[in-house]
Amino acid sequence: MSGSWMTTRAWLLMLPLLVVMISVIGWPLVDTVRLSFTDAKLVGTQGNFVGFDNYAKMLSGSNFQRTLITTTWFAVISVAAEMVLGVLAALLLNQQFRGRALLRALMILPWALPTVVNATLWRLIYNPEYGALNAALTQIGLLEAYRSWLGEPNTALTALIVADCWKNFPLVALIALAALQAVPRDITAASLVDGAGPINRFRFVILPYLAGPLMVALVLRTIEAFKVFDIIWVMTRGGPANSTRTLSILVYQEAFSFQRAGSGASLALIVTLLVTVLAVAYAALVRKVAGSTA
Amino acid sequence: MERKGLVFTVFIYASALLLAVLILAPVLWLFIMSISPAADLSAKPLRWWPQEVDFSRYRMLLSTVENSAGAAFVASLYNSLRIAGMATVAAIALAIPAGWAVSRTPTVGWSLSMVIATYMLPPVALAVPLYMGLAWLGLLNNIFGLALVYLTILAPFTTWLMKSGFDSIPREIESAAMIDGASLFQTLRIITLPLAAPVVATSALFALLLAWDEFFYALLFTSDLRAKTLTVAIADLAGGRVSDYGLIATAGVLAALPPVLIGLVMQRALISGLTSGGVKG
Repeated sequence: MSGSWMTTRAWLLMLPLLVVMISVIGWPLVDTVRLSFTDAKLVGTQGNFVGFDNYAKMLSGSNFQRTLITTTWFAVISVAAEMVLGVLAALLLNQQFRGRALLRALMILPWALPTVVNATLWRLIYNPEYGALNAALTQIGLLEAYRSWLGEPNTALTALIVADCWKNFPLVALIALAALQAVPRDITAASLVDGAGPINRFRFVILPYLAGPLMVALVLRTIEAFKVFDIIWVMTRGGPANSTRTLSILVYQEAFSFQRAGSGASLALIVTLLVTVLAVAYAALVRKVAGSTA
Repeated sequence: MERKGLVFTVFIYASALLLAVLILAPVLWLFIMSISPAADLSAKPLRWWPQEVDFSRYRMLLSTVENSAGAAFVASLYNSLRIAGMATVAAIALAIPAGWAVSRTPTVGWSLSMVIATYMLPPVALAVPLYMGLAWLGLLNNIFGLALVYLTILAPFTTWLMKSGFDSIPREIESAAMIDGASLFQTLRIITLPLAAPVVATSALFALLLAWDEFFYALLFTSDLRAKTLTVAIADLAGGRVSDYGLIATAGVLAALPPVLIGLVMQRALISGLTSGGVKG
């Protein structure tokens, strides 16, 4: 069979997918770019061309800068905590003990719980009057009076990060565990014979096997965390006093709450650009790590 | 494994216990809230175990008496099922031919890379035009409209999984069938697809979970019982003026039940899918 016919046939088979992708992703993205240069409202007016006004307005606003900092903080802290907890859990699950299979099976629970259910669950746990966290902390004597964990600007973001970590660290653990199980036994045995301590063993024997899969998990989790919307919307809607407002929440408010489609679109594209830069930088890093451990 | 001291063994079991509690406590608490009488949940000090087990909220939420909390919940449950089902079937139907084509014809692989790169796009980058487009088509607050939008998430993901699935089926099997005179579509139907059945099943499960989990587009594009999904219904409950926290917890348990069961039963397939690089978005 000739190569050109193979290629034509492949395109024909991909056609349905490509048509759908162009109509639900390609066209909307192009239209978002067009809208970002107009002062269009969500309903009604088509809007006039305003050049880079929306971008200038959005980038110079204090809302954007503050939100960018909040988003970065959320992403860095929650992903870092997920990585550390995930690797520790994986190291544990890689040991031999009774009940290991059961514990590994349980790890799937937080991952399988729908994000909105997770957010609702933690919202109930943090409840200022009847929440389990307040009850538990006061009953063991760590807390004098009930607190409004999600209602105070200085605890709300941390409370969100804890809820997000609880749901996502098991996934990192499962990925890390799969990588650990690929470490050949005789290598760890040899390192023991050579007298390597546990820290050196982790650093020089185990980490090279973990690095690649963990980098992939790190990239995907960071992109996810940077785009975060659901858990925050359900738990705090960006409050109190906008202390948990992330970029996606800000875009939602601009485009849908205030119905300013034009400036909302420009903000959405700024976020997209940030995520893309992040992803490209990470991809380069992944390639470097993969290259150095291959 | 090397021999270990008693201290190490105790340390391992203590850590395992800690991890188990960390994972289980919040989930168990959700369930306990759902079966505790309202008075127990607002008692101070909080009652950690109900005085008497109360399953009435489950009956309440699953009842279809008109204009009850149950009717609204059941309607959203039904919407979620239909939307997730339709979007999954459509995504798989798109993914099988496309995944096979990319797997067998590497020269078109870049187009799949582009499709997968859309994963980076935050949904907010598409939301405004999608909203206007659905409004123009009269598909706002419509289950078909939402299922169509869900393809933005499901189709790239399933195509990627299907492509890796087809990669592991040797093409020599297909060539052999073709030499025996089978047409391309006969070969795919009789030889390749049955071999790919486990991958199709895994992809479909992932797609179902993703659609079941989706919240952002559902929040934007649905407004009442005709199309509102379970995730939006639960967020409404959590953010509303419901005084019985047990009812919110019950809705959460019911919404979590299908994915948790799928997760536990299909563990092996899901974990291998996850760890091969496919990660739930």
